[in-house]
Amino acid sequence: MTHIRIGPRSSWLAVDWREVWHFRELLFFLVWRDVKVRYKQTIIGVAWVVLQPLVASFIFAIIFGNFARMPSDNLPYIIFAMGGLVPWNFFANSIQRGTGSLVGSAGLISKVYFPRLIIPIASILAGLVDLAVVLIALIVLMLIWGVVPTFAIITLPLMLLLAFGIALGASLGLTAINVQYRDVGYAMPVVMQLWLYATPVIYSSSLIPENWRWLYGLNPMVGVTGGFRWALFGTGMPPLAELALSFSVMIALLIGGVLLFNRMESRFADVV
Amino acid sequence: MSEVAVCVNRVSKEYRINRFQRKKTHERSLRDDLVNTLVSPFRKRDDESPDSIWALKDVSFEVKSGEVVGVIGRNGAGKSTLLKILSRITRPTEGTIDINGRVGSLLEVGTGFHAELSGRENIYLNGAILGMGKREIDRKFDEIVAFSEVEKFIDTPVKRYSSGMYMRLAFAVAAHLDPEILIVDEVLAVGDVQFQKKCLGKMSEVAHGGRTVLFVSHNMNAIEQLCGSAILLEQGKLVEYSSDVRHVITRYLSAGVNDGARSEWINSGREYENPYFKPLRLCVSDKKGKVLNRALNRNEEAWIQIEGEIQKLDSTLSIGYAIYSESGVQLFVSLHTDGPETQWTKLREGKWMLRSQLPLYLLNEGTHRLECIVDLHNVRWVLLPGEHNPTVQMDVQGGLSESPYWTRARLGAMAPILKWVATNVN
Repeated sequence: MTHIRIGPRSSWLAVDWREVWHFRELLFFLVWRDVKVRYKQTIIGVAWVVLQPLVASFIFAIIFGNFARMPSDNLPYIIFAMGGLVPWNFFANSIQRGTGSLVGSAGLISKVYFPRLIIPIASILAGLVDLAVVLIALIVLMLIWGVVPTFAIITLPLMLLLAFGIALGASLGLTAINVQYRDVGYAMPVVMQLWLYATPVIYSSSLIPENWRWLYGLNPMVGVTGGFRWALFGTGMPPLAELALSFSVMIALLIGGVLLFNRMESRFADVV
Repeated sequence: MSEVAVCVNRVSKEYRINRFQRKKTHERSLRDDLVNTLVSPFRKRDDESPDSIWALKDVSFEVKSGEVVGVIGRNGAGKSTLLKILSRITRPTEGTIDINGRVGSLLEVGTGFHAELSGRENIYLNGAILGMGKREIDRKFDEIVAFSEVEKFIDTPVKRYSSGMYMRLAFAVAAHLDPEILIVDEVLAVGDVQFQKKCLGKMSEVAHGGRTVLFVSHNMNAIEQLCGSAILLEQGKLVEYSSDVRHVITRYLSAGVNDGARSEWINSGREYENPYFKPLRLCVSDKKGKVLNRALNRNEEAWIQIEGEIQKLDSTLSIGYAIYSESGVQLFVSLHTDGPETQWTKLREGKWMLRSQLPLYLLNEGTHRLECIVDLHNVRWVLLPGEHNPTVQMDVQGGLSESPYWTRARLGAMAPILKWVATNVN
């Protein structure tokens, strides 16, 4: 027979991963709900997923590619921009949804028990469907513009996993703090705007002077966008140093995020 | 079976009101905390500060496997907090609880329902949220749909449902939860009478099915019917736990009587502040207008008297009272706008006294509770029946009837004397 002991607060290091696993079906249903509901009552539905980055890329291509003549690693600028926007949008949307996830699920948190970790994880997993759709669109676009993917494309899932891990790690901490201080939710759009410019999405990282690269690489999305472009377009060398740095930052974010989340978890229901 | 299913050991729960509740929303901003830290960086958080509330204080009890336990108490006595801790939604500040068995809790029906999803989809989603697996839901799906009586609309988004259909579907999922220990909060207080009956039936099926159940309700009938024992909470403390359910209920109800409010309630100044109708006094009086400080005979003239102040006249204002029997059943509601519109008292801004005579020979013997209610018709309740409203007690005793046959209190919530006519139809 199952035995549970409920006490004031469990150690804030221990996460009951077995329990998280036990609730995997709930995780699945929450992801499924988010996906199912997202484009309800729209006319073009899931096409929005493709339309948003596509329009943005066009605008970037006209402004930065045509007028400003920014270097684009010898690729058509629109392809270059899409190659940055796809991982970036996935990341930015994940953080945005992840940060708001706990507060958005206040009704669940105050009425039902389950490992709270499931909520931010589900909100980010739900973004993967959008990502898959937009990736296909991007590959079609590449073929239209005559850019053929190389074998490097098999490393693409690794880059996406990296983006996923970074977004999850950051979201866990942010959403936990957001329960207590709603300031986080208001600050995030601004932060993400700045973060976008600190990431080689609309410009090439070759613009950054060599001796500042290490500092620049501390932004984990530098490795991700660089790695993503390399995996898709196969141009130049894989940015190994940046990827290693990204990976380390991801691990740090995940550990820090889980600890912070776990520490604040016991208060969620009282405060949310 | 005499195995212990739930063992609650000296559990307390503290809520800080200055930090969370005092602000209307439970949010606090980073700035507040930064400012506090800067202004008084060395002040330690004082656990015994007057700004904290102990929703539960040192509560201990044991529930044996298979027992059905009712938890009763007034609003704010700590019932919901206790259930929240038992269902692991929030943690106790002190003390521990040991639970043997799988717990399922129903603190609300329809938790996690999504308006955009169809009935079918919501059954799966809600089932998963309540802790059922996909296969379990697959197996019970038809049963759930049949119970909910919404077969025809099972693939329609629930936002198109009537509120009745919505509640039925939500309860149907909840009713098919199959844990070893069930924790239920007031779920029966929804839906129409017909549906409540059905829910109650399902509940008693569960209760008599050998499962351990903890059940919070204000419905004393339900508690008495379903529970083998009852716990009475008062201001966060457990004051009574006995298998004599009747006894615990009586104690709960009589606690209300000794609350200072007997047959007269007077506003202490700032209670129930609102511009539409702020109640100032509520009492039961005799025909001369004197407060009735004793039991009322059934054959005696009595008036319900409500005084209050109108600052802003609302044309939809309705003032009245609701009356409850000893077991907590609402007997009826009366409003000053019940008659034809031409007979309503024309109210204006100012202080008013409204009186309404209680029909003779209507209420059964016993201690009744009478509460003042105020409604803006079809807009909102200013004082909603069943909430924490101005309340007085009214004992009814004696003067049963002039009939020589009617010598004892009748069964039934009310005991009117009605007219009978006999016609020979040979």
